[in-house]
Amino acid sequence: MRQLIPFLTILLALTLPDRAQARDITIDLTDPIVSITTGFTGTDLLLYGAVKQAGDLVVVVRGPARDEVVRRKEKVLGVWVNRDELVFDKVPSYYRIASNRPLKEFMNPEDADRLQIGLPNLDLRAKVSGKLLPEAPYDFREGLIRNLQRIGLYMTKPDNVVFLSEQLFRTRLRFPANVSVGTFTIEVYLFRDNKLQSTATTLLTVRKFGVEAQVYDLAHRYSLAYGVLAVIIAVVAGWAANAAFRKG
Amino acid sequence: MPIAEMSVNVPLILAVGAGVGLLSGLFGVGGGFLMTPLLFFIGIPSAVAVATGATLIVAASISGVLAHWKRGNVDFRMGGFLLVGGVVGSSVGVWLFTVLREQGHIDLVIRLCYVLFLAIIGGLMLVESARAMMRKKKNQSRRDHMHNWLHGLPFKVRFRRSRLYISALPPLAVGLFVGLLAGIMGVGGGFVMVPAMIYVLGMPTAVVVGTSLFQIIFVSANVTILQSATNQTVDIVLALILLIGGVLGAQFGARLGAKMQGEQLRGLLALIVLGVCAKLTYELVLQPADLFSIAEVARY
Repeated sequence: MRQLIPFLTILLALTLPDRAQARDITIDLTDPIVSITTGFTGTDLLLYGAVKQAGDLVVVVRGPARDEVVRRKEKVLGVWVNRDELVFDKVPSYYRIASNRPLKEFMNPEDADRLQIGLPNLDLRAKVSGKLLPEAPYDFREGLIRNLQRIGLYMTKPDNVVFLSEQLFRTRLRFPANVSVGTFTIEVYLFRDNKLQSTATTLLTVRKFGVEAQVYDLAHRYSLAYGVLAVIIAVVAGWAANAAFRKG
Repeated sequence: MPIAEMSVNVPLILAVGAGVGLLSGLFGVGGGFLMTPLLFFIGIPSAVAVATGATLIVAASISGVLAHWKRGNVDFRMGGFLLVGGVVGSSVGVWLFTVLREQGHIDLVIRLCYVLFLAIIGGLMLVESARAMMRKKKNQSRRDHMHNWLHGLPFKVRFRRSRLYISALPPLAVGLFVGLLAGIMGVGGGFVMVPAMIYVLGMPTAVVVGTSLFQIIFVSANVTILQSATNQTVDIVLALILLIGGVLGAQFGARLGAKMQGEQLRGLLALIVLGVCAKLTYELVLQPADLFSIAEVARY
């Protein structure tokens, strides 16, 4: 019976009225996978798609979540020392939005807040010994966002969504060199008459590839072996340098 | 600009390696205590700079010790005692490193250690070279090693190569201290160990460098393995690029050094060391552009 469930689901989907026809937005990426190889300097992807009826679009891209500790420096005996710290729970490692015109012109603040569109609306929760705080201290929250902006992982201003016709649109998504690996979600919201009409979601995988991936993998999964290997390489390199030096 | 950052980095790192290699060839020093701060300056995280520095020192010490070994200038017994202390010290050092890293103080501690040691070494070298330049022609013979309270300690061992009959405790202690520095600072510790071996242990100068290099190889290897096992901060690719630059720089430096005078060289090195120290101090005292910093703690 259990094996039948996926099959039945598909059957059910097929017999129901065609969902694709009801779909307001269709989107796709030029490449659903970003491979980080040695010498990766970041990449651009094109997100393109079509809407059935003209409207306003917002594209929200989020990177895989992680906990981030935010530390504040204080001057102690003339030296700046990390003092207070706060851990933020499941912070998106990457956040960027794009829209065809300024958000204020077509989105009401309640929607922006509910959908977490725009940095001020991002739901960043701090936690103290495992318990989430109702609200994170403003300066720590701002410090977190500022740091992520500085290293290019959070946007400083929204990108543009370009409509090629009434229906056809595209936007360029920039992924910097320090982008983290994992699954990224790309959500597209369609607004019409200041109301949310429809949404579409697609996923993007960022992974390390080739030598870069092997070195990283070795360092993290077989870290002891990696250390031994590093020593062996160093010994060989040192010996080779000595040999070269004697000849030279 | 992330694109420039990546494409600029490799030549820059090569240049840093070559620069430190040049200095180490020129002055006959290991260069670890300059390499790591320079890596800080170009934006490599302190933890990675320290761990990768240790890897580099393994390579540098191997190439150095081979020459000394051939001339019989390695006291293996003395090296062994220094090594036992060094392995214990460096393991404690790496453990401390890990604890400090979790608490977010590692950057500060590493930098403070560097400021302290660079100030001491630079100051001492400057004074020493100034004195040497002044009394250049006077030929002072150095006393044989001091007889002091250290010689009253138990567990005496005969070190034939060093022509010494002293307690095993001081070499162990010296090794321990140097190992601790190696674990936290990613240096070989030659700059501390060599003076300690001459003035505290009273070893003949000829065997000091070879013996210290012998100890440094294994202590740095221990640091490399432990750092990579606990903190995953050793970057083999970075180490290799630095090494290539370093080997080339050292060749050039050694040739250049042959044409210059010893006291002037040491004076110059002292000024470089003090310059690096001043920059590190300035960075610690200067109000950072952003008081807040972030670090990743867990992935999902």
